[in-house]
Amino acid sequence: MQEQKGTFAVKKGLAQMLKGGVIMDVVTPEQAKIAEEAGAVAVMALERVPADIRAQGGVARMSDPELILKIMDAVSIPVMAKVRIGHFVEAQILEAIGVDYIDESEVLTPADEEHHINKHEFSVPFVCGARNLGEALRRIGEGAAMIRTKGEAGTGDVVEAVRHARAVLGEIRRLQNTPDEELMTYAKNIGAPYELVKQVKELGRLPVVNFAAGGIATPADAALMMQLGVDGVFVGSGIFKSGDPARRAAAIVKAVTHYNNPSILAEVSRNLGEPMVGINVSAMDDSERIAGRGW
Amino acid sequence: MKVGVLALQGDFAEHLSMLRRIGVEGVEVRLPEELETVQALIIPGGESTTIGKLAVDFGLLEPLRAFGRERPIWGTCAGAIFLSKDAHRQQPLLELMDITVQRNAFGRQVDSFEADLDVKPLKQATGTSEPYHAVFIRAPIIESVRGSAEVLATLPDGRIVAAQQGHLLATSFHPELTDDLRFHQYFVSLIS
Repeated sequence: MQEQKGTFAVKKGLAQMLKGGVIMDVVTPEQAKIAEEAGAVAVMALERVPADIRAQGGVARMSDPELILKIMDAVSIPVMAKVRIGHFVEAQILEAIGVDYIDESEVLTPADEEHHINKHEFSVPFVCGARNLGEALRRIGEGAAMIRTKGEAGTGDVVEAVRHARAVLGEIRRLQNTPDEELMTYAKNIGAPYELVKQVKELGRLPVVNFAAGGIATPADAALMMQLGVDGVFVGSGIFKSGDPARRAAAIVKAVTHYNNPSILAEVSRNLGEPMVGINVSAMDDSERIAGRGW
Repeated sequence: MKVGVLALQGDFAEHLSMLRRIGVEGVEVRLPEELETVQALIIPGGESTTIGKLAVDFGLLEPLRAFGRERPIWGTCAGAIFLSKDAHRQQPLLELMDITVQRNAFGRQVDSFEADLDVKPLKQATGTSEPYHAVFIRAPIIESVRGSAEVLATLPDGRIVAAQQGHLLATSFHPELTDDLRFHQYFVSLIS
């Protein structure tokens, strides 16, 4: 039989290899090497981390392919990059340069306020953010091979990531006890494809890997998300906006492996230097929040 | 009988689920003392650089080497790299198997693929005739085998994707991502 590329099994499969790991935002090849050295399972190549996008404002777009290619050359681990919601040409460009995963991300300024990318058309896999089960299943329906919580990127405040993880995982737990005859109306109410709702009830989890993202800044934050039941974590601004990025990165990697071992968590949390300066999400205006982007 | 699955990072839950399906008790192994309770070990897919670094940080390198000299270990993808003597770059390796591997040998993720393999020892051991459908994710190849290491499976073009050296097993692909239980059954048959 011929070799088959770009199947859903291989797209979802790479995310399965990232489980129990930490994916780190980097803006230079040097940062990418620090992340790899610290034990990152993948890096997200960006021109600006979310905290800077937030501070500087303006339109946030896909990064320069030149920068992404330099980061791909610098490390042996997978490299992800972000496109704007609905911007399928940015995605075509990232597929052409060979990135390993595309994040169709609310952190960038959306290009389409009604539709996301038809991700089935691509051989490169996609990860998308979600705040609840309906949103997660709409993205999987469009072809996403990995899901992450949205959280509130660039704040260093974990509260929204917790809210979104509890929403998705709690809805899955309740779905286990929902009788089959109620599933169609349930699917209608949450705006999710019926077949995927049925599948989630059978599996007792999302049919793809589910990471936490958006506001994780400490080893304890990472372990909290793991104990809540996610498969791994993205850390954006939390590492390279802190006082000692290499040390904090390595500590978060260890915390994700030993998320259930408080004595190891205590050990790795010591002497990490200054964490990123955070923004308290509850004090933010609604207009400053980006998790609401996505349809 | 208990089979450990190294749970530092990667798709260890998928291996544990396969073990459950063949009626074998599987346990997660993260610390050296947890190795003492298991008769065999699976090193899952994941990132070999991450798994190697965590193995060093938590004092697992020597205990894993000692374990592998006596008892069966099977490495899938990153696990196969970790078992090898040579991966063409500086990263922590167990150096248990006389194989040289090339990481990401097929290219990047867009080149990941599925393919059918003819694995004769697997067919003999399980008394089946169907080909083995294998999933390769940013996979390594086994460039060469030496000493008592033997080739277990190749792609049609001859590139080596599975090798065995006595009670040690290395596969470039991921049986844990399929519904085919034969590789797990084959590995468990190596436990005496």
